Amino acid sequence: MDYFLELFLGGLTRGSIYALIALGYTMVYGIIQLINFAHGEIYMIGAFVGLIVAGICTIYGFSGISVLILAAIAAIIWASAYGYTLEKIAYRPLRGAPRLSPLISAIGMSIFLQNYVLLAQTSDFLPFPNLIPDFEFMEPVAYFIGSPELVILVTTFVTMILLTLLIKKTKVGKAMRATQQDMSMARLVGINVDRIISLTFVIGSALAAIGGVLVASYIGQVNFYIGFLAGVKAFTAAVLGGIGSIPGAVLGGLVLGWTESFAAGYVSSDYEDVFAFGLLVLILILRPAGILGKARKQKV
Amino acid sequence: MMKDFKQSILVSIWFVFLTFPLMAVRVNTTEQVVEWRWMSMVWVAIATFSLSYAWRYLLARKQAKKNEEDISHGKLQLLMEDMGFRYKAMGLLLLLALIFPLVFDTYQNTIMISALIYVVLGLGLNISVGLAGLLDLGYVAFFAVGAYSYALLNHHFGIGFWSILPVGGIFGCLFGVILGFPILRLRGDYLAIVTLGFGMIIKVVLENWSDFTFGPSGIANIDKPGLFGMDMNIDSSTTYIYYIMIALVVFTILITNRLKNSRIGRAWIALREDEIACVAMGIDMARTKLSAYALGAFWAGMVGVLFAAKTTFINPASFTFMESAIILSIVVLGGMGSILGVILGAFILILLPEYLRAFSEYRMLAFGAAMVLMMIFRPQGIISNIRTKYEYKKLTEETEHG
Repeated sequence: MDYFLELFLGGLTRGSIYALIALGYTMVYGIIQLINFAHGEIYMIGAFVGLIVAGICTIYGFSGISVLILAAIAAIIWASAYGYTLEKIAYRPLRGAPRLSPLISAIGMSIFLQNYVLLAQTSDFLPFPNLIPDFEFMEPVAYFIGSPELVILVTTFVTMILLTLLIKKTKVGKAMRATQQDMSMARLVGINVDRIISLTFVIGSALAAIGGVLVASYIGQVNFYIGFLAGVKAFTAAVLGGIGSIPGAVLGGLVLGWTESFAAGYVSSDYEDVFAFGLLVLILILRPAGILGKARKQKV
Repeated sequence: MMKDFKQSILVSIWFVFLTFPLMAVRVNTTEQVVEWRWMSMVWVAIATFSLSYAWRYLLARKQAKKNEEDISHGKLQLLMEDMGFRYKAMGLLLLLALIFPLVFDTYQNTIMISALIYVVLGLGLNISVGLAGLLDLGYVAFFAVGAYSYALLNHHFGIGFWSILPVGGIFGCLFGVILGFPILRLRGDYLAIVTLGFGMIIKVVLENWSDFTFGPSGIANIDKPGLFGMDMNIDSSTTYIYYIMIALVVFTILITNRLKNSRIGRAWIALREDEIACVAMGIDMARTKLSAYALGAFWAGMVGVLFAAKTTFINPASFTFMESAIILSIVVLGGMGSILGVILGAFILILLPEYLRAFSEYRMLAFGAAMVLMMIFRPQGIISNIRTKYEYKKLTEETEHG
């Protein structure tokens, strides 16, 4: 039972990170029906910027949780800037092009950003400073759940609540929902659709950056290639939950996290990726719209 | 003029900000040193300033072209449509290809063989991506299937190259069908992600199923193709493989060209253009998609056998996502659906980095950028696919004669 609980909590932590990244996919897909392949790279860039800022801070004598917050803020700023630029360069000129074109452009951008970071920084794994201190009040339950896991869970939970509020309660959120439902109609009622799409990329990138910094400080290392696998996994999570649906992305992330955690714990850790993709294929065959997604009828 | 200048300045400031942490700073957290690289910022500023001009110029030109509704093709395109020229050019190319190993040394031959391998891979992927419009991001998995089927059968049972060559193709085909079957109902972008996942699964299995695949250490001492039991040194066997490869390329071109203009080829193109209309016209979607998948995979399986025979050693590291991405960029840059374009794309993408060794670090960076730019400014590729047209005039002539 202890082992089960350990795996359960491990899966929950992992799943909540997947959920953070998956939100970016789902929001972008909901609005422009594009798989933003470069989203994983944005996450990686967030982790790298976090590492650089945290490195500078620790070298100049700061320490502890304040460095983590500074690093996260810098990561959010730069990742959002990258997301914004990405949309402007690689996707906006292709609006209205055949569906395959933006997808290939996204893959190209993903390869470009990976190699850009590889050349600008390094191909080695860089150690990420451990920024999350061990909280004293976590002592009694430390066997099951450590302080880093707690920080990850709390942060993702708070972020998701804020995101839900933004989408449900604010005017911008309303505009986003309108654009998702019908882009040309939204334009007719005076919504600046281009700006909403940019904003979606910015928000998605910011969420990915938070995920990036959290994961990097949890795992303790960063590499130019981490974004690719994380991106694919997060996309799997988004599809699992039903792409385009925000609660779906969270649920999908958690389901994927648990699947991997239990598969690694009870079967073999070598094959955890196989289980993740196997689950994706299974879901797509049995329920292509995902767990919470609604099947879209195609009209001719 | 002033407006352009101002905009370029803004763009360059934005990119300096954007690239600042990654380009200008490098931290070493273990030794506690920060390395500042201010010069790179100057380069970024200058480069983005000029690129911004080029970007706007190209966008404006694209817009102007769109307004003109210009359907006439470039000079190269017109030349390609001239059948007489085409046959002459092909004959010349074949001649050049045949005398190539007599003129150049083994090193050049080896490079050429790998370029030719990518030509076949590109043509195979072209069937599913270019013709049928099914984006396959795990194409290298079929390549791995071919390579491993030869390596394993050769290792365990000592079966020779020539008997495995078709078997490798058929295995590739089989995997294409197995993978294709459950995902037929999916829309294009889901398909892309599932194929990507499949490519990764194959690699994970190859790495971890050590009893069967010998794991990450791979399989060594694979037999080279034999020629009536003759003993060959390295030079002559490279030349021999080169000629096999040339034959395989010619075979591939012939078959894919015939396929493209066949009933099933047209069904693929119709499916790519509009799935619903295509199905409404009575085309069996499942069969058409599956055949595109399987036939695309066939070439990868076959050329995988040759790859294993050429290198005599294979391990899972040769079959990463990057390979799939390179093959995809060959198809995209060359021109989706166009056979000549894909061949040209393979030569440019494989030979150029080989001869520009100094820039080989920047190879993938350039591929990525080229894919984006190609999609925006020239989605039809270097040589676009020539679509079969029926002209009224010709039609009447033919009926008169016949």
